[in-house]
Amino acid sequence: MNKIVQIDPDQVEDVGPLYAARKKVYPQKVSGTFRRIKWGLMAFCLGVYYFLPFVRWNRGLGAPDQAVLIDLPNSRFYFFFIELWPQEVYYFTGLLILAAITLFLMNSVGGRIWCGYLCPQTVWTDLFYAVERLVEGDRRERMKKDASAHRWTLERISELVLKHSIWLMIAWWTGGAWVLYFTDAPTLVKELVTFQAPAIAYIWIAILTATTYLLAGFMREQVCVYMCPWPRIQAALTDEWALNVTYRYDRGEKRMSVKKANELRSLGQHAGDCVDCYQCVAVCPTGIDIRNGPQLDCIQCGLCIDACDTVMKKIGRPTRLISYDNDINIQRRIEGKPPIYRIVRPRTIIYTAMIALVGGIMVYTLATRSLLDINVLHDRNPVAVKLSDGSIRNAYTVRFLNKRGFDRVVAIDIDGPQDAKLHVVGGDSITPDRPMIVLGRDGTTELRVLVTAPSDRNPEKSIPVKFRVTDIGLGEVASATDNFVAP
Amino acid sequence: MAETELDHVSGKTTTGHQWDGIKELNTPLPRWWVLTFYATIIWAIGYWVVYPAWPLLWSNTTGLIKYSSRADVGVELANLEKIRGDKMVALGAASLEDIEKDPALLALARARGKAAFGDNCAPCHGSGGAGAKGFPNLNDDDWLWGGSLEQIQQTIQFGARSGNAKAHEGAMLAFGKDGILKKDEIVTVANYVRSLSGLPASQGYNAAAGAKLFADNCSSCHGENGKGNKELGAPDLTDKIWLYGSDEATVIETITNGRGGVMPAWVGRLDPSTIKALAVYVHTLGGGK
Repeated sequence: MNKIVQIDPDQVEDVGPLYAARKKVYPQKVSGTFRRIKWGLMAFCLGVYYFLPFVRWNRGLGAPDQAVLIDLPNSRFYFFFIELWPQEVYYFTGLLILAAITLFLMNSVGGRIWCGYLCPQTVWTDLFYAVERLVEGDRRERMKKDASAHRWTLERISELVLKHSIWLMIAWWTGGAWVLYFTDAPTLVKELVTFQAPAIAYIWIAILTATTYLLAGFMREQVCVYMCPWPRIQAALTDEWALNVTYRYDRGEKRMSVKKANELRSLGQHAGDCVDCYQCVAVCPTGIDIRNGPQLDCIQCGLCIDACDTVMKKIGRPTRLISYDNDINIQRRIEGKPPIYRIVRPRTIIYTAMIALVGGIMVYTLATRSLLDINVLHDRNPVAVKLSDGSIRNAYTVRFLNKRGFDRVVAIDIDGPQDAKLHVVGGDSITPDRPMIVLGRDGTTELRVLVTAPSDRNPEKSIPVKFRVTDIGLGEVASATDNFVAP
Repeated sequence: MAETELDHVSGKTTTGHQWDGIKELNTPLPRWWVLTFYATIIWAIGYWVVYPAWPLLWSNTTGLIKYSSRADVGVELANLEKIRGDKMVALGAASLEDIEKDPALLALARARGKAAFGDNCAPCHGSGGAGAKGFPNLNDDDWLWGGSLEQIQQTIQFGARSGNAKAHEGAMLAFGKDGILKKDEIVTVANYVRSLSGLPASQGYNAAAGAKLFADNCSSCHGENGKGNKELGAPDLTDKIWLYGSDEATVIETITNGRGGVMPAWVGRLDPSTIKALAVYVHTLGGGK
């Protein structure tokens, strides 16, 4: 059958152009369990995204009171009770690892849960489709309007203007909410309204308005099919036990009309439940036919399940002809065995354990991290200085980190060379052996510290010296070790 | 042009390209992708016209807007000087002692001083002020002309033997070259000087003769007990720090030929607030009195 034949190129339609025009998708309205889940998750995700910047969190005087804030000018990230400094960026690495493994876990349990319900591309596209449906009507009307020869009526134009206005408004809100995460939200809103905001805020709002409008209004499923790497990775990561949105062909085939199926069943013969109504195709936001089996274009949003269930109820057949299932169970049903579901299996156990491990490490390090720290840098030129009485002095640049939201008094002392004396440049202290300094709140303090010791008591070429900083009030201690070197 | 044909398995046609019998299916790109690709080409042409782009033999095309990253740096540097100028006013107004007491001013002075030191002082004194033979170490506590803030500032301003009217004057005489002392007397007094800081004397050295020679020739500048005189820049001979070296041969050389290193005057070459910053920086290197 598959004999290759020479053909006349003129007779083939898809010869010639180097590009393919997009086949526009017109998803139909649908209702049911998964639609309700999607509405709920959409409301939740958008609600968090749009309103989180306005949540306040009291951190005391002088500190920002925004619960979630990325403060780039001051290099601080605030998340409720957590404040991170730039050198703690590894927590974000941890978050990314957690996000990746969570994605793998979702995939091994229920396929593309992320794609179907949570991905911003899906959520905003879903919202834009809802607007389109509200303004232009359902699938058939929209198809008719697009195909109509007399499309530029006043009514049609006003409809399109309305649709794009609402889209742009949503897109503007999306870009607007984004910039609120980078500065005090209520202040910026006031500035934006009175046109006093910095240009960079308007530029970013414009950029994100444009991307939202283009990606959710026009690119839509093409982002998933052409641009996103996850469908490819997902296909490589899945296994035979993972539940995916599946057409149960054991039940559905052979497709036939309701009438014919009833006749066959009355004769005691097998008849397929699929009545070939194409409702699953009509509601699909990526415009595919789920009955063709697993495919890259399927984002597994579950809307075809709702559509099929509606039809099955109408014709009095059991629901879930399309459902979260896998090929193993389809084969078992064909063999007359009960289906088995293995959510708990090595793969999911390992993923869960990895999530627990990474999350545990992050929580542990966050809970036990020091809010007082000290870094010591030995002077390199000169490494050591001989004084007129023959004693040796080494100079160090010491940086103190106070991650608390208040000023505090600390004492510095050292451990190492015999009879060593400590002097903080610019810091006259009433306690010369253990100089005390004030560390400003939420910042670093750099000081020049001199250590002097008699050479006859310290004959070694190099002696380890430990710098210790103690919070007088709280008793917190931090230390760093360097060397005391002879010339 | 090779033949295109229909591939029955995929239902697609081939492009007609063929390599070792492997044929390429025609899988068209999405239109938006191709349009974006064309847009980038047009953008690139626009870029060539507007920005500097093409290398010519001795220069390059400058572009319509005459953009230059070098000019940008110039503007940034001018801005920096302006910002720095504003801050340096505060430095110029405060006294040297007040600068050291105010942590913010101290940090500013040390930062400015460090930069100015690297630009102007490091060639002789070393980038960290560690000095070298003949060039004093500024980290230690031994000062030829005094180690207080004011004294350091004065030395930076007018220098030593610099020719400036207010410069520190006074040099080590060439006792040997000028015939003031004979060779064996120089050896004797050199051993006496070394003994002042506890260094061992050579064989056959007459301590009493050394002491007398010192009192007659050296004590007028270095003091009766060799403690030096900062008015004249005469070093303390009893401490452990030697600008030119403490071995007998070097001390003999110093007495024979004299010494008189030059520190240039910086007044007029550096603005007053920079000199202040330098004084504070040097003072806080560790040895300041």
